[in-house]
Amino acid sequence: MYDVVVVGAGVTGAFIARELSKYRLSILVIDKESDVAMGTSKANSAIVHAGYDAVPGTLKALLNIRGNKMMKRISEELDVSFKMTGSLVVCFSKDGIFELEELKIRGFKNGVEDLEIIGADRLREMEPNISPNAVVALYAPSAGIICPYELTLHAMENAVENGAELKLECELSGISYDREVFRLETTKGVIECRYLVNAAGLYSDTVAEMAGDHSFRINPRKGEYVLLDKIYGSFVNRVIFQLPTDKGKGVLVTPTVDGNLLVGPNAEDIDDKTDTSTTSRGLSEVINVARLSVPSLDTRGIITSFAGLRATGSTGDFIIGPSPVNNKLIHAAGIESPGLTAAPAIGEMVADVLKKNGLKLEDKPDYCPYIEKYTPSRKMSESQWNEAVKKDPAHGRIVCRCEKITEADIVASIRRTIGARNVDAVKRRTRAGMGRCQGGFCSPRVVEILSKELGIPFEEVTKSGGKSVFLLKKTK
Amino acid sequence: MKEVDLVVIGGGPAGMAAAVKAKEKGVQDVLILERENSLGGILNQCIHNGFGLHYFGEELTGLEYAARFIDKVHRMNIPYCLETMVLNIGSDKTVTAVNSTEGVFTIKAKSIILAMGCRERTRGALNIPGTRPSGIYTAGTAQKYVNIYGYMPGKSVVILGSGDIGLIMARRLTLEGAEVKMVCELLPYSSGLTRNIVQCLDDYNIPLKLNHTVVAVHGKERLEGVTVAEVDQNRKPIPETAEFVPCDTLLLSVGLIPENELSRDAGIELDPVTSGPVVDARMETSVEGIFACGNVAHVHDLVDNVSNESELAGESAAEYILGINVPDRSETIVVKAGNGIRYTVPQLIRKQSLSRDTVKIFFRVADVYRNVRLAARCGNNILVERKRIKVTPGEMETLELKSQDLREINAGEELVIELRTDGEGH
Ligand SMILES: Cc1cc2nc3c(=O)[nH]c(=O)nc-3n(C[C@H](O)[C@H](O)[C@H](O)COP(=O)(O)OP(=O)(O)OC[C@H]3O[C@@H](n4cnc5c(N)ncnc54)[C@H](O)[C@@H]3O)c2cc1C
Ligand SMILES: Cc1cc2nc3c(=O)[nH]c(=O)nc-3n(C[C@H](O)[C@H](O)[C@H](O)COP(=O)(O)OP(=O)(O)OC[C@H]3O[C@@H](n4cnc5c(N)ncnc54)[C@H](O)[C@@H]3O)c2cc1C
Repeated sequence: MYDVVVVGAGVTGAFIARELSKYRLSILVIDKESDVAMGTSKANSAIVHAGYDAVPGTLKALLNIRGNKMMKRISEELDVSFKMTGSLVVCFSKDGIFELEELKIRGFKNGVEDLEIIGADRLREMEPNISPNAVVALYAPSAGIICPYELTLHAMENAVENGAELKLECELSGISYDREVFRLETTKGVIECRYLVNAAGLYSDTVAEMAGDHSFRINPRKGEYVLLDKIYGSFVNRVIFQLPTDKGKGVLVTPTVDGNLLVGPNAEDIDDKTDTSTTSRGLSEVINVARLSVPSLDTRGIITSFAGLRATGSTGDFIIGPSPVNNKLIHAAGIESPGLTAAPAIGEMVADVLKKNGLKLEDKPDYCPYIEKYTPSRKMSESQWNEAVKKDPAHGRIVCRCEKITEADIVASIRRTIGARNVDAVKRRTRAGMGRCQGGFCSPRVVEILSKELGIPFEEVTKSGGKSVFLLKKTK
Repeated sequence: MKEVDLVVIGGGPAGMAAAVKAKEKGVQDVLILERENSLGGILNQCIHNGFGLHYFGEELTGLEYAARFIDKVHRMNIPYCLETMVLNIGSDKTVTAVNSTEGVFTIKAKSIILAMGCRERTRGALNIPGTRPSGIYTAGTAQKYVNIYGYMPGKSVVILGSGDIGLIMARRLTLEGAEVKMVCELLPYSSGLTRNIVQCLDDYNIPLKLNHTVVAVHGKERLEGVTVAEVDQNRKPIPETAEFVPCDTLLLSVGLIPENELSRDAGIELDPVTSGPVVDARMETSVEGIFACGNVAHVHDLVDNVSNESELAGESAAEYILGINVPDRSETIVVKAGNGIRYTVPQLIRKQSLSRDTVKIFFRVADVYRNVRLAARCGNNILVERKRIKVTPGEMETLELKSQDLREINAGEELVIELRTDGEGH
């Protein structure tokens, strides 16, 4: 019997678990996928929003601001790549200045005090590749960029290191409640708990319905992206948004923390919550609209494309609080953007909601907010790297050429607290295969290392769990 | 810091030929750095025939071809480091590398030869939409799984792109018992060698669908199929022709990209068409004393050409190190890709370096043409001209020019390589 079970190991579930792991509680996080951050948390814009966008007074506004303020400390505690680059909302007509003023006032109401409206000259000085048609912009110095799967993984690892449990490939399919105990039917058997937290992202309405709660719906809205080679990483220096017009919300162009260039997303309401396919229409829309901001965007630099699904809730705001049918079921649902930014604040809020609904939160003196830092070979100084090679020659064997990831890095990613179990999981932890050749050179080696470390034959090594095997059988 | 006369980066056919030649020409101190665990480069995974007809006058497998050069490297006592990855080259000709015995180390070289080969274009570079399941491989990666690891990537296969590696893999996978359903090629012609189309597709009844491409990928975990469509003259898919083809494997053989990240970081000028360094007729890059050869300079279809070109680079590096025939870099003739020509290598000729009798210009045509003449022209003066019944972008062309003619050309003038049809004057 657990005190709390959290459904969903996305960024929301991870920060809830981490927050709860500060207290003397038995906590279990379950997720249907083979790794953490396999839902929306792995495919998004990776922006730590400043907080001027959300409607004042909403949870989105409140938690965005709080999350933004927490992020620097969190990134240090959890060893997550985070850069406070600042963001710009650019506008292509002089009249737009009025709307930028409105945004600025909204930001001020939300508590973003350092917003600034800047003219064309300053804009061009800051962003030499910006379109000549961009005449004015809103500058938000406190916006930043982060690595979303690293944030999720490290938050969850920190929770696990502080005593929380994690069960992957464990799908919740039914909930019953009797004598103050939830009985959860899952693919890994029945699990019992006293409190249930619903952080199931796109499926949080389904989870609510399992408990007889029909108070909200979640609709998927797809956003597609293209990612460009690192040689384009300094094409822009900040997150470049476009001022929304009646033609659309615009798309953003941003460097990523790893030095690539990310372009997207568009927005399309769809029916299928599993449909993360990209479309030729979506990808060309993204590219064409991005060129309004940066006309010289070079599509030859594209190394991959992907899509993420926003979990758009029917209430318009984050849905955080006890279920109307059972106050021991706490929702953290409808967590669309700025959910990544808000996640640490959502974690705190959910702990507070649990407490208000009777969960005893007793401090755990040995709680440690830090995770053990791992320095990949390529980020070591020459002398550190040489020391590392002396201790373990695997530090001198480069497996992924494009990103310069060593065998030691890959082995470490498999052996860490939440170890990689497939090729994509290695990729998210190390960047092996994320570069310009997209795993062409290194995936055979990664398959080999996984097979050896996990003690499974080649044919059982998968790309991302399930039936996604690489190799079928031995040759004749 | 360790000092070496000549550092060769890459131990494929290009690097080995260059190193051997440089040593023959008198450079004592040569070092090859190779990131794989053996010399040979891409040839190590080519267990098929078709190498060496020109260079050795007999048909060898890739492995046998490589073995001959590995032998030479051994016989000439040229040292090499394996599993050694070059991380950085400075324009001051320092080379930083890492391996598991020495850690990170930097070498100061008098001269460097770039022979890093190329990598394959991927799905991302083509921007094929759809899901992202397993079962999509570049042809070379699949070749590695099959030939080096001994594993089959799948059992029903569609191949996109009719490059040579794709053609070779169509045959290989068929022989291993897989069903290769089709090879789709966006263009109206194949970029592969004709002999490969005959021996790898026709002989096995594998259809080659020209003017076709893959427009979508299906399947959530493992690939379940692809949508194939015909394209119009502008290479845009025609929606009515879209057809779902069930398969568990998609191989991409859609082109190779020279691996020039090191070159770029060293400040070496790159040619946007070849994606390789701009080189002169001695294979010297824009940085004095740094030479390039093989697939890193431009993609070759025949390793024989790689060997020849690399020997030239090796010899030039030797001359540079020994201070023989080092040209004044200011006097150059620009070699221009004219009508119907996609690129040329070299891109320029240094007037003072015409110490050999002839200069070879390698180039590719931009499309398939019939009954044409390939010509090198300066102003109105045609230096050489060759009649061809058919030329295709898939096969590299050469023209050999007499140095004595080139000396007549003034520095700064253009030497235009072009395709001429019979209607035209002259
Ligand atoms: C296109 C796009 C761009 C975005 N950009 C930004 C941005 O720039 N900045 C920002 O702050 N936010 C952004 N967001 C929002 C942010 O990505 C999300 O708010 C956040 O990732 C949501 O995390 P989550 O943990 O709630 O959901 P998820 O990451 O989807 O996690 C839910 C988890 O629940 C699991 N699950 C579901 N059902 C079950 C079940 N029955 N049993 C077991 N497990 C189950 C799923 O497998 C999944 O892992 C963006 C979102 C999108 C789609
Ligand atoms: C599948 C396939 C089939 C072919 N079929 C034929 C055929 O039938 N007949 C024919 O004549 N030709 C064929 N070719 C063409 C021919 O083999 C190639 O053109 C030739 O191998 C290119 O030689 P290279 O040395 O330039 O490159 P490679 O062989 O690619 O060698 C480059 C070497 O450099 C190393 N390297 C790169 N970067 C670094 C670094 N940073 N540090 C250290 N080392 C580095 C690489 O590991 C590699 O070993 C084929 C090619 C392929 C790929």
